[in-house]
Amino acid sequence: MADSYIVSGNPHWHAPVSTRKIMLDVIIALSPALIVSFLFYGWSAIFVMLESIAFCVLTEWAITKFLMKKPSTIGDLSAVVTGILLAMTLPADMPWWIVLIGALVSIGVAKMTFGGIGQNIFNPAIVGRVFLLISFPAQMTTWPAPNGFIKNVDAFSGATLLQQVQLLGADKADALVNFGTLFENIGGSAGEISALALLVGWIYLLCRKVVKPWITISIFATVAVIAGIFHSIDPMTYTGPVFNLLTGGIILGSCFMANDYVTSPMNDWGGVLYGFGIGFILMMIRYFGSYPEGMAFAILIMNMTVPLINMAFHQRKYGRK
Amino acid sequence: MSKLTFSIGGVHPRDCKPAKDKAIEQLPLPETMYVSMAQHLGAPAKPIVAVGDKVKTGQLIAESAGFISAMVHSPASGTVKAISPMPDIAGRMVPHIIIDVEGDEWVEGVDTGEDIVSEIPEDSLMMLERIKACGVVGLGGATFPTHIKLNPAPGSPKAEALLINGSECEPFLTSDYRLMIERPKRIIIGAAIMQQILGGPKCSICIEDNKPEAVTSMRNALAQLGYPDMEVVQLKKKYPQGSEKQLIQAVMRREVGSGALPISVGAVVQNVTTAYAVYEAVQKNKPLISNIITVTGDCLPVEAHHNYEFRIGMPLSYIAEYAGGVPKAAAKIVSGGPMMGKAIANLDAASVKGSSSLLYFKYETTKRLVEQACIRCGHCSDACPMGLEPFLLNRLYKAGDRLDELEKHAVQDCIECGCCLYSCPAGIPLLDNIRIAKQQVMSAMRARAAAAKASAEAKAASETKAEAKKQ
Repeated sequence: MADSYIVSGNPHWHAPVSTRKIMLDVIIALSPALIVSFLFYGWSAIFVMLESIAFCVLTEWAITKFLMKKPSTIGDLSAVVTGILLAMTLPADMPWWIVLIGALVSIGVAKMTFGGIGQNIFNPAIVGRVFLLISFPAQMTTWPAPNGFIKNVDAFSGATLLQQVQLLGADKADALVNFGTLFENIGGSAGEISALALLVGWIYLLCRKVVKPWITISIFATVAVIAGIFHSIDPMTYTGPVFNLLTGGIILGSCFMANDYVTSPMNDWGGVLYGFGIGFILMMIRYFGSYPEGMAFAILIMNMTVPLINMAFHQRKYGRK
Repeated sequence: MSKLTFSIGGVHPRDCKPAKDKAIEQLPLPETMYVSMAQHLGAPAKPIVAVGDKVKTGQLIAESAGFISAMVHSPASGTVKAISPMPDIAGRMVPHIIIDVEGDEWVEGVDTGEDIVSEIPEDSLMMLERIKACGVVGLGGATFPTHIKLNPAPGSPKAEALLINGSECEPFLTSDYRLMIERPKRIIIGAAIMQQILGGPKCSICIEDNKPEAVTSMRNALAQLGYPDMEVVQLKKKYPQGSEKQLIQAVMRREVGSGALPISVGAVVQNVTTAYAVYEAVQKNKPLISNIITVTGDCLPVEAHHNYEFRIGMPLSYIAEYAGGVPKAAAKIVSGGPMMGKAIANLDAASVKGSSSLLYFKYETTKRLVEQACIRCGHCSDACPMGLEPFLLNRLYKAGDRLDELEKHAVQDCIECGCCLYSCPAGIPLLDNIRIAKQQVMSAMRARAAAAKASAEAKAASETKAEAKKQ
């Protein structure tokens, strides 16, 4: 036989999936929230976003080329996703050099130090955000008033609703939030302002079978139950379930960060436990901590437990007890 | 009624059967045929003819050599030209009987008529003997000798269900389907024969819901024959439904334990084509010398897809030539389906009892993704029908010398269905590595079992010695 043919083990074809396609789906899922953020904050939100993506991709490219001396991995688009997620946790008027520092920490420290995609213990975007929050507390907690194409009459610059709990009292803060808020903007970072757009994106990911719902549902359920119990005991001190489910970074964190493949458990039930942990820590920080918001910390703390959870939870095997 | 399927894992490959509506055609005999001695699971058969002997179609030319082995018959009449090793599809040297074909004159005692014999003999032992004498093996892929499966070892549980596997869950393959469309009655009679041999368990003919025409065809044939205790069951399409363990779980809601046989949960699974071969053997005394092969792929024009009835021993290249030659765009030729078939290294190899397809894939379809880092998405464990964690097994294998942990995580249960590699977005060669790990673990398990047996025997021997001393 003159011709030669490929010989290799089964299977002989592949499902139409790849890391790049998965990341592309995540980017598509985040786009409604990006559009909302543009509408509310105008071009400045887009600039922060583009800076963040560019810095993240450049950092990864430079590290693979000059330090690791390996083929570049930026083609898998995971650095783009990190860039978008990082930008969504930042105020829309962030100076570019702070965004750069965030990107260097996210990609350089949290991702590439561990060996790059798939190896990191902590969610890179959250590490970047927390680093900036600790290093630049003033810039990170001062939110510009929405001055984009849609203007909210009641919008205020300065503090987010979570920050106002201490000023206004839980009952007044509660009264500001209802399910109608889903459609409105609540002052805050790009990622915080439209719960609905983020949920739409999450549902897209569910339909595309990119993520499973268990971690996200577990966080929401834990937060609702804990807030429900505390709120019913003392509504003057503790904010209620609706307030806690709709404010801050909980939706962005639960739908796009806590369920990140690399830093979350492999098993569904492991994911439920992990989600419970995040919800619990989040509520403890919100009620008793000195930070108004604890989503980032809650996810980072639970990221550390993932190797242990992976050891404890396994698939049900066929024909074995 | 909600449709049945298995509950752990599985994937949904693109449903693609371009040869579905091509009626079965007969292939003319080539000048020379090459009959492999190792075309069944177990010991290779032992030739009983010599070079220069005249043979007739259907004549026994090699006997089974061992408990798990099968008889082999001449696919045509002619002269034995040589008995010598030849490379099989993978290039391994296997003894073959080479026959110069002179015609198609059958041995005596074979009913070559087309009429359907629906009256089933009473004598189960006689039927079992015929199945053995006619060299019938499982044609769903494993080629395990059928007479052994139909005659469970003494002490094993009674067969409660006979599952006739018509799921043909691999894309592209249509040989089982065409047989169900064109010769349904013979399949059903074959099933009824096996049912009787097994002592009358309930018989379910299992077909996936993407083949409604096959369901109708089989239901009509069953209604005409009127056998009791037999039904056609529709299953929800999912790969690998045609795998024995998955089919048992789908239909009976029982799981076969690790390393155990289906009969341990009261199940016997036989493929539809095997049922057809059983019919031919018992009702017509016709040995297994032909089967159906699908010539198909994704780089063939519509008219170039075929289903052929071939004589076992025709070179695959002869079948390919007859069908119009290997297409230019073909980069890989597979014997079997895209998920579990075997890549053909040697197209000049002889067709065997288990040959079910010649599948041509172009490079774009069959190329593998460039391997990237695992992103721990868990798609592989979601896809694994055995509930294994391929990412973990792959990691343990790559770490080296972790056989204990691999065994603990049940690498030996892998059925090599390919779902993990198929669904991995990072293109990691999961199954390639897991297959090697599985072989290592299984040989360690065998060595341990042998050592345990030897030490038990030594202990027994020393005890008898001590007892003899006492006396």
